[in-house]
Amino acid sequence: METPPRRQVPLPWLKPAVFVGALVPLLGMAVQASRGTLGADPVATGLNRLGLLALIFLLASLASTPLKILFGWTWPIRLRRMLGLWAFFYASLHLATYVGVDQRFDWPVLWADVTQRKFMVVGFAAFLLLVPLALTSTDASVRRLGYRRWKALHRLVYLAGVLAVVHFLWRVKLDIREPLIYALVLGVLFLVRVVEAVRTRRAKARRAQAPSVA
Amino acid sequence: MRWGPAGSDSNENALPSVLVKHTVTPPPASSEITPEPLFHRRREFIKKSALFAVTAAGTGGSLLALTGGAPEPKAAPAPEPAPLKVLGRYSTEETPTKYEAVTHYNNFYEFGTDKTDPAENSGTLKPRPWSVAVEGLVKKPFSVDIDQLQKWFPLEERIYRMRCVEAWSMVIPWNGFPLADLVKRCEPLGSAKFVAFQTLLDPVQMPEERTHLLDWPYVEGLRMDEALNPLAILAVGLYGKTLPNQNGAPIRLVVPWKYGFKGIKSIVKIRFLETQPQTTWALAGPSEYGFYANVNPAVDHPRWSQATERRVGEFARRKTLPFNGYADEVAALYTGMDLKKLF
Repeated sequence: METPPRRQVPLPWLKPAVFVGALVPLLGMAVQASRGTLGADPVATGLNRLGLLALIFLLASLASTPLKILFGWTWPIRLRRMLGLWAFFYASLHLATYVGVDQRFDWPVLWADVTQRKFMVVGFAAFLLLVPLALTSTDASVRRLGYRRWKALHRLVYLAGVLAVVHFLWRVKLDIREPLIYALVLGVLFLVRVVEAVRTRRAKARRAQAPSVA
Repeated sequence: MRWGPAGSDSNENALPSVLVKHTVTPPPASSEITPEPLFHRRREFIKKSALFAVTAAGTGGSLLALTGGAPEPKAAPAPEPAPLKVLGRYSTEETPTKYEAVTHYNNFYEFGTDKTDPAENSGTLKPRPWSVAVEGLVKKPFSVDIDQLQKWFPLEERIYRMRCVEAWSMVIPWNGFPLADLVKRCEPLGSAKFVAFQTLLDPVQMPEERTHLLDWPYVEGLRMDEALNPLAILAVGLYGKTLPNQNGAPIRLVVPWKYGFKGIKSIVKIRFLETQPQTTWALAGPSEYGFYANVNPAVDHPRWSQATERRVGEFARRKTLPFNGYADEVAALYTGMDLKKLF
């Protein structure tokens, strides 16, 4: 007997696997929190880890195009939306922990944070930029907006990435080695895109100049 | 085990049973034979499951490694420090922070910048033998062994609040003696207006001193009248035990009305000076850390508020008090000073 021919999804295990992997740090934190092993200041530990996870996923989602440019890999692009949504998820938890657990909804303090403290301003701005991107992450949104407009909107992610790294850099008291690594990664990812854009433009210009061969 | 869909028992390839002669080794019923496409799909399934597991574990594991969430092997417990004999005064009634937190949540950049680094890495510090040198504007400079120095003064217990400039706090039962007692014994000259303290400079014992993170060795200082205030102590123990390495063994400064970074650890040198010394954090970030560094909820750190703090072990924040609640004892030292400028 014949099985009906199925449309083969390439690497069908990839997305669910990354999804499960993305949950691991959250589950780890939940276990540590319930056992009281999240360090002497669990609020600070939780806040830092959630923020770092948001940044990692943001950079991972920004890495998919450069990986395609460099190595011709297309699989990261299929993960991009999910990675971006994980970044938004962890950024939301990070913000919620700060507002609800750390500051206990102390609105005057929170207002002072977003009006006076530049490191808070950039962090909050990065989060706000992610909101419309998460809201328009569906296929339906791409159709509704039209691909060009949708793509233009989603370019905000570059700014969000820069702001998130600056937020990290400004937060640390003195030892900026760790945030510098993330800044460096972001810089390399941008560099790859810029170099590629310049190359494409030159190639186009050359083709335009060359006498057309019918 | 069958991999075929339900109903594949009625396989059309099955021969009518009458034609089948039972041989010595009966072949498996054809219904038991996995059809070839399914056979391949099974291998494919196993392969994909393995790839799934490896990818999920790899993703999860990398995230844990990057964010420090990986379960860490419990380090061997440090040897129990020796008990000390103490008397008490000037102590707060507040509940002391757990010994475990006091000794595993530290800022001691000579051993790393994570809060848990000092407890993990300070095993290289050798707090004995240890001597402290007294230099500068004194009648006669000298050097004294730590055990000798400890015998000069009776040890007291001081349960003090400790407020870090990073907006967290603890309550720590210190064991030590008034700094004023040592200052008097040093016989400073009339021209001495400041006291400077210096931490050990030895990258073998303090590995992070190989980096250029701070301008090593760590230096802190007090105005002479601050040093003579009875609240200022030199601690050689906590919780009735010898000071653990990560808390600044064998001897450290405790000035509870100032931010924690003023409490210089593992002191090897005390100098009496006419002019204000250059102190480590004030050099590293002059706009963020001042020489005085008095706890002051009204003067924010340029990057965060100093109005509240979280007591380690608690969830809700509490209000930060001027001079960390020691205003009655020390506010008079600063009358007429603009503490917004001289933060």
